Amino acid sequence: MALSFTHALDFERPLLELEKKIEELRSLSTSGTVDFSNEIGKLEKKAKKLQQEIFSDLNRWQVVQLSRHTARPYFLDYVNAIFTDYAELSGDRLYSEDPSIIGGFARFDGRPVMVLGHQKGRSTKENMARNFGMPRPEGYRKARRLMELAARFERPILTFVDTPGAYPGIGAEERGQAEAIAVNLEVMAGLPVPVISTVIGEGGSGGALAIGVGNRVLMMENSIYSVISPEACSSILYRDASMAEKAADALKLTARDLLEMNVVDELVPEPAGGAHRDPAKAAEALGKTLRKHLAALSTMNGDKLIADRYAKFRALGVFVGK
Amino acid sequence: MPAWFSKKPKILSSDPNEAELERNSRMEGLWVKCDDCGEILYRADLEKVLNVCPACSHHMALPARARLNALLDPGSFEELDTGLEPQDPLGFSDSKKYRDRIKSTKKNLGENDAFVSGVGKLDGQTVSIGAFIFEFMGGSMGSVVGEKVTRVFERAFDLKCPAILFHASGGARMQEGIFSLMQMAKTSAAISRFRAVKKPYLSVMLHPTTGGVAASFAWLGDVILAEPKALIGFAGPRVIEQTIRQKLPEGFQRSEFLLDHGMIDAIVQRKDLKSRLAQLIGLMA
Repeated sequence: MALSFTHALDFERPLLELEKKIEELRSLSTSGTVDFSNEIGKLEKKAKKLQQEIFSDLNRWQVVQLSRHTARPYFLDYVNAIFTDYAELSGDRLYSEDPSIIGGFARFDGRPVMVLGHQKGRSTKENMARNFGMPRPEGYRKARRLMELAARFERPILTFVDTPGAYPGIGAEERGQAEAIAVNLEVMAGLPVPVISTVIGEGGSGGALAIGVGNRVLMMENSIYSVISPEACSSILYRDASMAEKAADALKLTARDLLEMNVVDELVPEPAGGAHRDPAKAAEALGKTLRKHLAALSTMNGDKLIADRYAKFRALGVFVGK
Repeated sequence: MPAWFSKKPKILSSDPNEAELERNSRMEGLWVKCDDCGEILYRADLEKVLNVCPACSHHMALPARARLNALLDPGSFEELDTGLEPQDPLGFSDSKKYRDRIKSTKKNLGENDAFVSGVGKLDGQTVSIGAFIFEFMGGSMGSVVGEKVTRVFERAFDLKCPAILFHASGGARMQEGIFSLMQMAKTSAAISRFRAVKKPYLSVMLHPTTGGVAASFAWLGDVILAEPKALIGFAGPRVIEQTIRQKLPEGFQRSEFLLDHGMIDAIVQRKDLKSRLAQLIGLMA
């Protein structure tokens, strides 16, 4: 898939340049008299090798960048690809609508479910409207309302995490950002329906966890999940925001790290080069993984699901002694 | 007065001014300057009034153990979970290795981590109780703090008794990364389970209560009390100022502001906390 250069990451550029060249040769081949197929074949081989070189050994900072890639599939892209019959529901019934976190009923293989996720914008205008995927309290309260609706109608809940974090602003504080997140954590712990949470991009701290208390927690291969952003961590610890790369390493925040530390259940493989290189394939892999886990959870009753979730989070923590 | 109360963190320094620092800290042993009005106060007198300035009634920090001692019936507090010690699951290091930071903090404070938990009696009523040790890395919450808080609620569940927590924390401890974040979910799940016994959870927010602690168990109190002028909120003021690029109004995120905005139940003077908590337990438990 050809990508625009404007949004490309530095380490993607050599690959994109090569692909552009292939594209050019191809258009010459089809329009002209000269046959470049031999040349194209060679370059394609080279591109494949280069892709492997770049992406087989990404450092943590590169994964951070991929997780925030502006061409990366967002919540609604996955909704459109995996679910049918999506009926978006709005508002917290208390103060306002918050477009940075959205959701509603939908069908998964024909079965009614609740889907819910952070939504980032792709254009500046859309990002302004979606507040860059940073919810205010009303977003979390809407999420809670939808999860309680799902529980009432016995629908499984699938949440999709993709946020830099909860919005730190005056209004958000005045209206109880911390309270809104806290209540979601408690409500999610007590949901009598299957809950699967997938980090699809950025899992930014409490603002991510507030829709992330699932029976299963999955992560897309190039996503991150962290207690603090590498930038904020770096400015606190090293008094210098430019050390974010170092902070990303110290925080061990990639999907692979979290799987190794047994904090998440499964990694969803992304197409070579990242989900944005082939969103359809990424969605297919995610759908497949969700299907498997939902089938397993669907055999449990409400009490069992709550106990299962409790046991999962109860076990998280590393310390010694009794 | 027990030794742990008067003990101040030792200042370890190779600085040439060490002698002066030593002298200052010796002076601090007897005299204390009010953080707010600057009044010089005799330490023993100040401790008698639980570190509330007699001149301006500013509530200075009160160490967790001194607080529990003053609150609970004499001799009734039994500390539990004392064997829990932090680990370094990420191999984290900034200007200092996290492992070394824990070691030196433990040595300086004589505490294993930033939380003390146990059971005691408040006016004869058994309570499961815990308090943050703010002096230990800013009361930050890692796995040990999360585990202790969880156990406070599990014990309250088992004993079918009220739970009381005193919060003084900057939030999650970033040195334990994702494990710190997950303590928010773990503790909140324990509270969700505890609700079934229909006993009150009284949450007392002290200065400061922010970040992941505010956004999980601290704000889940059936009743939420705060001491005067405590800084309480989700994001720290500096983060907000950097985000919105303007100065925050005076009194923003202070207890009085939160009360005004309907986010807490009451502001209680330190001297009245004991009677207020006992009153609420009488009415609720």
